[in-house]
Amino acid sequence: MNLSRRHILILLPAAAVAWKSLLAGTPQAAPNYTMSQHWWSMLIDIPKCIGCGNCVRACQAENDVPDGNFRTWVERYHVTDENMASPEVISPDGGKEGFPPAQEDAGKYFYVPKLCNHCADSPCTQVCPVGATFVTPDGVVLVDQTYCLGCAYCVQACPYGCRYIHPQKKVADKCTLCYHRITKGLTTACCEACPTGARQLADLKNPSDPIHEFLKTHSVQVLKPQMATGAKVYYNDLDGSVR
Amino acid sequence: MSAFRDAEHLFRFAGLFVVALLVFLLIRGYVVPRSFGQYGHYRGAAIGEIAARPIHFAGHQACETCHTDQAEAKRSGKHAHVNCEACHGALARHADDPVSVVPVKPSTAVLCMRCHAASAAKPKGFPQIAADHSGGVACETCHQPHNPAIGAGGAK
Repeated sequence: MNLSRRHILILLPAAAVAWKSLLAGTPQAAPNYTMSQHWWSMLIDIPKCIGCGNCVRACQAENDVPDGNFRTWVERYHVTDENMASPEVISPDGGKEGFPPAQEDAGKYFYVPKLCNHCADSPCTQVCPVGATFVTPDGVVLVDQTYCLGCAYCVQACPYGCRYIHPQKKVADKCTLCYHRITKGLTTACCEACPTGARQLADLKNPSDPIHEFLKTHSVQVLKPQMATGAKVYYNDLDGSVR
Repeated sequence: MSAFRDAEHLFRFAGLFVVALLVFLLIRGYVVPRSFGQYGHYRGAAIGEIAARPIHFAGHQACETCHTDQAEAKRSGKHAHVNCEACHGALARHADDPVSVVPVKPSTAVLCMRCHAASAAKPKGFPQIAADHSGGVACETCHQPHNPAIGAGGAK
């Protein structure tokens, strides 16, 4: 084979492109999904939540969450004039079977559904000693359970209490924002099961997502903003007493 | 050569160092997964593995491709925004194999009260039902769940 300089100059960039695609590895499991085109978050509309526990049950059914552990749960706050600083918060079995009826008396009640905040600067991924938990290029915090040692540093690091050690697998487990669903164009199990639309999956990189209009026109907060975690679960009409 | 006459032991040590480095690189290449570092300090292939987990909720679009009549009944009523599986439960297996996987019809006695049981903790605008509202008559006698307004959706 006799290659002229001209041929080599043509072949070199082609070889570089081939080598680059080889390094990129196997393509994604979902064929029509490009990670770089998404930045996932969730919107929680507190005035719409009725505390039915559908999201908690749906999450357990979709993700085989063991009993007694929760990837998402619902808290009920009862704030009165006397307990403003430390309101009464209940979450019987994570709110899975709903809540006991509240008696009509002073103060205000509201429900706060909680889940992993899928922080952009997440404290949990920073403390992992083996690189078993990470933020994906589309903004979801995941756990590689084949790599996790179960040391539970991340469980301690999460300021929102969203992680637990799986009692059988002995590795860290948490909300995946139903990554196996959102990469197929479905919404999360909790959003699918929410009867009032209090939870909505949102893609911040999608310019036609209704979240952009919502964030502009509503009073929206994240939990523990002072910790600068870059939390991406947005709460509409969040009471100041929520910790 | 005379300048290095006493340095021979240093070369031997350097050789040992190179061999140790090669052994280290060999073991490292064998132990570290190929996709580690593809996107960051983690195993890139883990993303695809998590994305490949099976789904349990089919999603309302899947339901509505076959159950067009129920979707139509729901569309005009108060339950238009309530997805099918919010009441009927996770039914991806039924969507995959509608013939052999037959869903169980949920009991309205449990189902309706999960959302509509009266409680001072619920948002004021949300329709809430006191325990003695029906006097023991089943909910669906008057309210058809797909379109709960009285007289709508086929209920008496």
